[in-house]
Amino acid sequence: MSVKTPSKLYLILAFLSVFVSAHTHAQLITVEPQYQQRYHAILEELRCLVCQNQTLADSSSELATDLRVQVKTMLEDGASDQEILDFMSARYGDFVLYNPPVKSHTLFLWLGPFILLFIGVTATLVVVNKRSKSEQSISDEDQKRIKELLDKK
Amino acid sequence: MIPELGQFALIVALCLAIAQAVLPLWGAQTNNINMMSVGRSAASGQFLFLLVAFLCLTYSFIANDFSVLYVTNNSNTLLPIYYRISAVWGAHEGSLLLWVLCLAGWGFAVAVRSRSLPEDVLARVLSIMGMISIGFILFTLLTSNPFERMFPAASEGRDLNPLLQDPGLVIHPPMLYMGYVGFSVAFAFATAALISGKLDSAWVKWSRPWANIAWVFLTIGIALGSWWAYQELGWGGWWFWDPVENASFMPWLVGTALIHSLAVTEKRATFKSWTVLLSILAFSLCLLGTFLVRSGVLVSVHSFASDPARGIYILTFLAVVVGGSLSLYAWRSVQFTSGGRFDVVSKETMLLLNNVLLVVSMLTILIGTLYPLFLDALGLPKLSVGPPYFSAVFVPLMLPLVFLMGLGPLAKWRRVTLKALFNQLKAYFLIALALGVILPLAIYGDTTIMTAIGIAAALWAIFTAAYAIMRLVAKRDQSTSLFKSLCKIPRAMYGMSVAHIGLGVFVLGVVFTSSFSDQKEIAVKIGDSVQLAGYSFLLDRVASIKGPNYQAVRAYVDVSEDDQLLTELTPEKRIYNVQRNPMTEASIDAGLFRDLYVALGEPVSDQEWGVRIYYRPFIQWIWIGTILMALGGILGATDKRYRLNVK
Amino acid sequence: MIRALLPIAFFTILAGFLYVGLYKDPSLVPSPLIGKPIPSFELSVLKDADSSVTEKDFKGQIALINVWATWCVACKQEHAALVHLAEQKNIPIYGLNYKDDRDLAKQWLIDYGDPYVLSAYDPSGRVAIDFGVYGAPETFLIDAEGVIRHKLVGIMTADVWQQQFVPKIEHIQQDL
Repeated sequence: MSVKTPSKLYLILAFLSVFVSAHTHAQLITVEPQYQQRYHAILEELRCLVCQNQTLADSSSELATDLRVQVKTMLEDGASDQEILDFMSARYGDFVLYNPPVKSHTLFLWLGPFILLFIGVTATLVVVNKRSKSEQSISDEDQKRIKELLDKK
Repeated sequence: MIPELGQFALIVALCLAIAQAVLPLWGAQTNNINMMSVGRSAASGQFLFLLVAFLCLTYSFIANDFSVLYVTNNSNTLLPIYYRISAVWGAHEGSLLLWVLCLAGWGFAVAVRSRSLPEDVLARVLSIMGMISIGFILFTLLTSNPFERMFPAASEGRDLNPLLQDPGLVIHPPMLYMGYVGFSVAFAFATAALISGKLDSAWVKWSRPWANIAWVFLTIGIALGSWWAYQELGWGGWWFWDPVENASFMPWLVGTALIHSLAVTEKRATFKSWTVLLSILAFSLCLLGTFLVRSGVLVSVHSFASDPARGIYILTFLAVVVGGSLSLYAWRSVQFTSGGRFDVVSKETMLLLNNVLLVVSMLTILIGTLYPLFLDALGLPKLSVGPPYFSAVFVPLMLPLVFLMGLGPLAKWRRVTLKALFNQLKAYFLIALALGVILPLAIYGDTTIMTAIGIAAALWAIFTAAYAIMRLVAKRDQSTSLFKSLCKIPRAMYGMSVAHIGLGVFVLGVVFTSSFSDQKEIAVKIGDSVQLAGYSFLLDRVASIKGPNYQAVRAYVDVSEDDQLLTELTPEKRIYNVQRNPMTEASIDAGLFRDLYVALGEPVSDQEWGVRIYYRPFIQWIWIGTILMALGGILGATDKRYRLNVK
Repeated sequence: MIRALLPIAFFTILAGFLYVGLYKDPSLVPSPLIGKPIPSFELSVLKDADSSVTEKDFKGQIALINVWATWCVACKQEHAALVHLAEQKNIPIYGLNYKDDRDLAKQWLIDYGDPYVLSAYDPSGRVAIDFGVYGAPETFLIDAEGVIRHKLVGIMTADVWQQQFVPKIEHIQQDL
């Protein structure tokens, strides 16, 4: 673990800034405190199109940085959360939204789980209820065993 | 020389797998004891040769043999030795080899530990496992050979992906694969029963401990993956609902249903059809997961480099294994004898609802994960399904499950009255509700309805699980000591309670960390402090560091609370010599009730750096909960009845 | 019996989807702007900082808009194809220089050829965002009214031109 010398540090910083971005300076996007919560919440809902496994909050790609600046600017201009999300999806499609909008082709997505739950639970209770009331009150296996025991005599 | 030996060993293993698949099954159908016994030796031999192959690949990594293409792509002379070894499973080809090794390992274990199994049952089980082996070894040899050479040999390797250079990589994939592959044993038992037509509940007794152990491995594997992501990815998150994470979670959900269903079928000879189906389903989901990771069909951070040819192969294999077993299931379905009768309100019904809820949860995740693919295949507009969706749909499904979990263990078989149950439990219910509201208010001064419900549900789970044990102790007669009566309780009962408590602890961790986390992303000058959540973070100095295969800048951050210095955190920004992508290494002060997490961002100037600071309350409870669940599973699997006879 | 057939039926449908999915590219982001007019903008011309260009200047005929930059390796690979297209195929190509340095970009066109009628200079990338650009190179096909008819994400080649653009152009011309 070496102690830094100033020239080494500059070298490393130079290295880092080259790799971080050649075009936008490695800018830290400072958002005013009153917008911070909304800013982070919106970024978590947007998908980075370059590093597609990350949210706009997590991605370090240039496009992500540019879009973060865009979100911050729109927040400070007074846009609502929905307006910002609409802005992004108008340009990049619904693909950029991690929270899929409710449209005709996403009805199955949003309602499906609850429909399945309903069908599953009601079917179960109906079947169990029917079986518990049926004539056959002794299981097949037990019947077999009873028969064997009786035959043994 | 060594790589060729490895490849040769793979081929021998394939031949043994073929022998293992064909002969014992034929022997079982024709009652030929000699052919049936081939199963044991073939399984042992297959494991031995795969071990040889695996060791050959490991040797190539340790010796820096850059004539092997896979080694060149994933290693480097500067890579520390422990990462060179774990790099063996760092990419597609090598991880497949690990997969087949685990599969052979389980087969070997079944062969060795099944002394009291009827010969024909063992023969069929090993045969099916052999068939699965054939599929995977063939896949490896034909499309993903780790021993492929390159001429001329490279002089240096391309280094292991820096994201994988972390202790998590060393154990996460092996644990995960042991879990995935472990469900093949339960699958084999179920399918063997379908083939033989012997669908009474005997096979369940043999299958049960294997399923439990597989479940334990899978639990640990998933937990490690989550913990690793938290440590390594620099964003304080622990679960992303990434397609491949979902691919491991789905078999876990079904596996949980399976271990419960196995218990019911063993005790009450009912749910036979469910247990067979769940056994098939669990392993099918493991195979589906393999497909999703390696075919390029979904965008995921975990995807290995994809290739449609590989995708076709795995899909075909999937179709044969899953299609075949589900067809067998449909064919034999008329032969399932019905078990004991039970009332609508009974332990059986609750466990049945448990199965249903878990399967519905699995289907929900399946729909969400594959929805983008469905739409794309149908030519409909593309979209993304991410964490907001999964959180929204998954939580409502989990709540009834957690509630049921409290009632189930206390319900009686066949029939129980809701009144009786409520009388026993209403105190706990009310206390849990009250604490659900009081605790967050007391600690943080704020709460939402969902937070309160979540905490109440978790506490309900913990109280009822503890009560299940306490109730047994309370029933003892006065002459027995407390200690003695505690010892008399079967280990499996403890297993259940510990596992259920573990789930409660896990839920508490999730609720607290989701509701009360805080973060700050801010530029700090050297010498300045940042305040977050009552803690003070002082950026003391920044230094340059040289690691074994990377250069880094390290920041020294003093963390204080009320002017008392607690610790020094050292986040780094690393550039690995070969791959050159900047990597952030967060520094974490882990605590039982909160984690403080600092990551270094970009430099603003040489005196000012961007930092990200996270306050994560109760986040360690997430992994403590999973450890408890795994412990519960181990207790259940090592219950006396399994240690004495069959394993 | 029907109940027992449900799992296999479900699996068959699933397998069908998975098979189709193997031949799709999950990371391709389709543009929602197809069929919509190009966004309005005002940028300086790359070669002349004092002149400006707006979306109206791109309208009037079937044309291509190509998003490019000197730092983009793939752009260099497709550049020869673009130069060829401009010379042989008689279709105007407008450039959108994306997040670049003006002098470097001008030099690049001198070194490698200039297929563009003109290039608009977008150093901040803000206009590109309005076009839904997520990775250079990208090429838009627009008709005379300035409506976007097709978008290519990736490198332009002779094959891509023939398979993707020519049919669309013929389609537009037939509609007229």
